[in-house]
Amino acid sequence: MVINLLLMNQENVWVRGSEYAHVKMIKHEVQKRKRRWERSGGEGLMKQYIFKRLVSGIIVLFGLSVFTFMLIHFIPGDPVRIMLGQRATVEQIEMLREELGLNKPLVVQYVNYASGVVKGDLGTSLKTGRPVSTEIAERFPATAKMAVASLGVAIVVGVGLGVLAARFKDTFLDGLIMTFSTFGMALPGFWLGLLMILVFSVYLGWFPIAGGTGFMDIVMPAFTLGTLMATALCRLTRAGMVEVLSNDYIRTARAKGMGERIVLLRHAFRNVMIPIVAVIGLEFAGLLGGAVIVEQVFNWPGIGTLAIQAISSRDFPMIQGTTLFIGAIYVFVVILIDVLYAILDPRIDYTVKREGA
Amino acid sequence: MSQLNKTIPVRSSWRRERSLPRFELLGKIMQKKKAKYSFFMMLAIIVIGIIGPWIAPHDPTKTYYEAFMQGPSKEFWLGTDAIGRDILSRLLYGTRVTLTVAVMASAMTFVAGTFIGVTSAYLGGIFDNVMMRIMDVLLALPGIVLALAIVAALGPSQENAMIAIGIASIPGFSILVRGAALTIKGAGYVEASRSIGSSNWWIIMNQLIPNISNILIVYTTMFIGSAILGTSALGFIGLGAQPPTPEWGTMLSEGKDYLREAWWLATFPGLAITIVVFTVYMLGDALRDIFDPKS
Repeated sequence: MVINLLLMNQENVWVRGSEYAHVKMIKHEVQKRKRRWERSGGEGLMKQYIFKRLVSGIIVLFGLSVFTFMLIHFIPGDPVRIMLGQRATVEQIEMLREELGLNKPLVVQYVNYASGVVKGDLGTSLKTGRPVSTEIAERFPATAKMAVASLGVAIVVGVGLGVLAARFKDTFLDGLIMTFSTFGMALPGFWLGLLMILVFSVYLGWFPIAGGTGFMDIVMPAFTLGTLMATALCRLTRAGMVEVLSNDYIRTARAKGMGERIVLLRHAFRNVMIPIVAVIGLEFAGLLGGAVIVEQVFNWPGIGTLAIQAISSRDFPMIQGTTLFIGAIYVFVVILIDVLYAILDPRIDYTVKREGA
Repeated sequence: MSQLNKTIPVRSSWRRERSLPRFELLGKIMQKKKAKYSFFMMLAIIVIGIIGPWIAPHDPTKTYYEAFMQGPSKEFWLGTDAIGRDILSRLLYGTRVTLTVAVMASAMTFVAGTFIGVTSAYLGGIFDNVMMRIMDVLLALPGIVLALAIVAALGPSQENAMIAIGIASIPGFSILVRGAALTIKGAGYVEASRSIGSSNWWIIMNQLIPNISNILIVYTTMFIGSAILGTSALGFIGLGAQPPTPEWGTMLSEGKDYLREAWWLATFPGLAITIVVFTVYMLGDALRDIFDPKS
């Protein structure tokens, strides 16, 4: 999440690359489903949509497995020699080659790899000799914990500041928040993390530097990651709120003498929640794969540090396993979100009922 | 083929409508405060990148044995690192390293991303479908993980980091370009030149790409910013430029171990990265405002 593939969409919002694509996709899908639903009368459409979504997810997972499988073949030179280092004997090299099945034809290798993956067997770590899937499963709770904590920070800070900026649009406060959010996008996650450690651990001594996974340990990484994510959320919220606040019903509500807090939260914010929730879902999906850089800064024992350890020790089964896991969990969660959307989006049902009546 | 096109009356409409003639862009930049400041900041950074080695007060790789981990002083403005090298000089040299890597990586993204985006928008059909599926697969991985996987295969070095960042940015870039190209594809003049038999390649090169060039400029600027973040992230993990190269991310990772003793080690390189990336983003933002005044 540190490479902010920060891009713009038409609504003058900055969103990361993949999110941009997915938000657009969701909008597009909702439109398409609406149209088809109206045509078909809604029968069996949900099943069809869910089925289609699952199929496209399986295609992406297949592509991912090909990608991670091919990683080992991208290595220039002899991969086994590189894994074992220069001092390995010919016998050792031949043994590992045999073990990894690298002397078989490429297609056979892939079939073996893929059938292992389907059964949950991601190979054995060269470094520890333990199954890759076990190691990933051990690290996952820490990553999930951090994902939840940092998402909480991101929602509170990002959405809060976004609403505030929209409420005081074109004032000094708005300018300040927007400048901060642009600045936040330029901020490298690892530097923000180091600064946090420097200020709050070294100088103030409030939090432990790194190591554990307790409550005090999670505060700093969660704030680092949350602040970074909050920038995109803040812009998204502000853009949506500005659009909604210019509507007539907001003016009506204000003219009625309704409290500003109720106008903002109940009338306006509820209407911009859909894209925001979509982005939050995607952020969460990405976070569950581990925040590679921030985990590294705080020595957080999650998937991200596991991946980096594997890369530095050239533990290729582990590299393949973590990469596949990070991609797969993203795909799973995104599909889950899309399906939930299909089930929960009340507008579709509403249209059908009204038109059917 | 271009001969043919010149004879049809609608000629002026397919010609790239230069919304901004050559020097008008500069004029527009000067008119806006944000654009002006970010433009001059960028210019200053590029100048530092070029003349950095001459204005650096010390040799970036020379060890000063009498000055290990000294704080900012008159001689060493930003202090020295754990093995007595001048931080300021290393930062100045590093500007060139960072800018080169980021610009090269973005150039790679630009060429490949534009090609993939425009061709799949224009050709459509199976080609488009297959391309977008591949991009979907790559987008399932966060950019940094994709870059890490590529570096893991190629081995850690500055060149490989550049290649990895370049490749990792292609999916996002090409999807954006495809979206932009789709809006041009339906234009009347594209239809017209196809009807008189222009080749696909000619249409892509002379009509699609010139007409989305504004968007391409903005996106590429933004991608340079994220490429800087990416390369320094790789350097920070130790998979980018290798020591003793004065790369900013690598410098930060060296400073990470001495947070207790020397705050300046982990402060100034990060500040440099943030300032440069911030400037690039501001410039990109300002350029977009100039090209697209509606938003």
